Amino acid sequence: MLVLYELMDIRSSEPELRELMIAGLDSDAAAHRALLERLSGQLRAYFNGQLNRIGRGPVEAEDLVQEALIAIHTNRHTYDRSQLFTPWVYAIARYKFLDYLRRTRTSASDVPIDDASEMQAHNDNSRVESSLDLNKLLAEIPPKARQAIQYVKLAGLSVSEAAARSGMSESAVKVSVHRGLKALARLIRNEKQS
Amino acid sequence: MKTNQLIDMLSTNVEHVRTGRLKQKLVWALIVGGAAAFCLMLTTVGLRTGVADGFRPGSLALKLLFTLSLVGVGSALLVRLMRPGQVGQKLLAFVFLPFFIVVCAGVASLVFGQPMAWGHMIFGMQWATCLLCIPLFAVVPFAALIWALRKGAPTNLTRAGAVAGLVAGALGATAYAFHCPDDSVPFIAIWYGTLVALCGVIGAMFGPRLLRW
Repeated sequence: MLVLYELMDIRSSEPELRELMIAGLDSDAAAHRALLERLSGQLRAYFNGQLNRIGRGPVEAEDLVQEALIAIHTNRHTYDRSQLFTPWVYAIARYKFLDYLRRTRTSASDVPIDDASEMQAHNDNSRVESSLDLNKLLAEIPPKARQAIQYVKLAGLSVSEAAARSGMSESAVKVSVHRGLKALARLIRNEKQS
Repeated sequence: MKTNQLIDMLSTNVEHVRTGRLKQKLVWALIVGGAAAFCLMLTTVGLRTGVADGFRPGSLALKLLFTLSLVGVGSALLVRLMRPGQVGQKLLAFVFLPFFIVVCAGVASLVFGQPMAWGHMIFGMQWATCLLCIPLFAVVPFAALIWALRKGAPTNLTRAGAVAGLVAGALGATAYAFHCPDDSVPFIAIWYGTLVALCGVIGAMFGPRLLRW
């Protein structure tokens, strides 16, 4: 365990990522975007590496990158500010990968043992599209949540503007956005259940 | 969908997030689950009846020491297990400590006791009631703990389920202790120990199904 943490500490961008994460928790949108962009590169490299070994392609890897990003976003409340950031992200990525194997019925023993340093190793910047269709997924979530996401997360309206337009209270808008993102995360996970 | 699209969406109007709320949910689950187990004990088997049958507060304290130490260590583990990347490796050993101590004490009291009395020491008066009640009383605490864990994002589902089952079993045993008329240490070791451990095994079996996200 100690070795793993040391590895990540030396090779990683831990301090910067952690700073971005904490700024994002305090609703700094630019920091949050920078964080997700950097993580997507690391996640892409990680999932590509893992999936390569079991003969799956970059589209599946991109699906997993997106699933992991939305999981990271909707589970930000589980990050403990006093702890390192990299192990938290790595645990989510690894969980999503193992969950993917379970869903697609690949035995974990088919996969060689991985270590966390790989996630940091290289930043693979391919521009592959995932097989997920955001509009189709949005159509499947409850209307209230869909509207809140369309206003706040896609059209970029402020929460108070969205509240005025939809006739909901501001806190109801916030809750709807959060529930909607959670529902999207669930849909993405089930979509891949084959 | 391109990943950039998703990132655009996620980083538009980023919500402020409070990170200290998870522990509270766990505390609520413990309170609600514990209270439910206690009420169930009161309405089914009832409190142990008075001093007449030789009520000894010392023996209740012993049972509670065993069950509550498990609740304590288990809850401390759950606080970690509900967050990704925290495994609580060091605490894990302490879960086995109460079992180890109670089993040692049970064996010692058998060895130093009279073989004639072994049957009574092991089976007591109500081993069958104990067998039924502890798992039954553990059901609501287990449901409450699973609810709390699902508010987090556990990444080791088997372990999280096992510890939730163990804590629920220990809460069930805590409630049963207020009824239990059997005071021998071997009785506590065998029945309390096995049943609480069994709840842990059941929790481990259900964990992956109940906790996935």
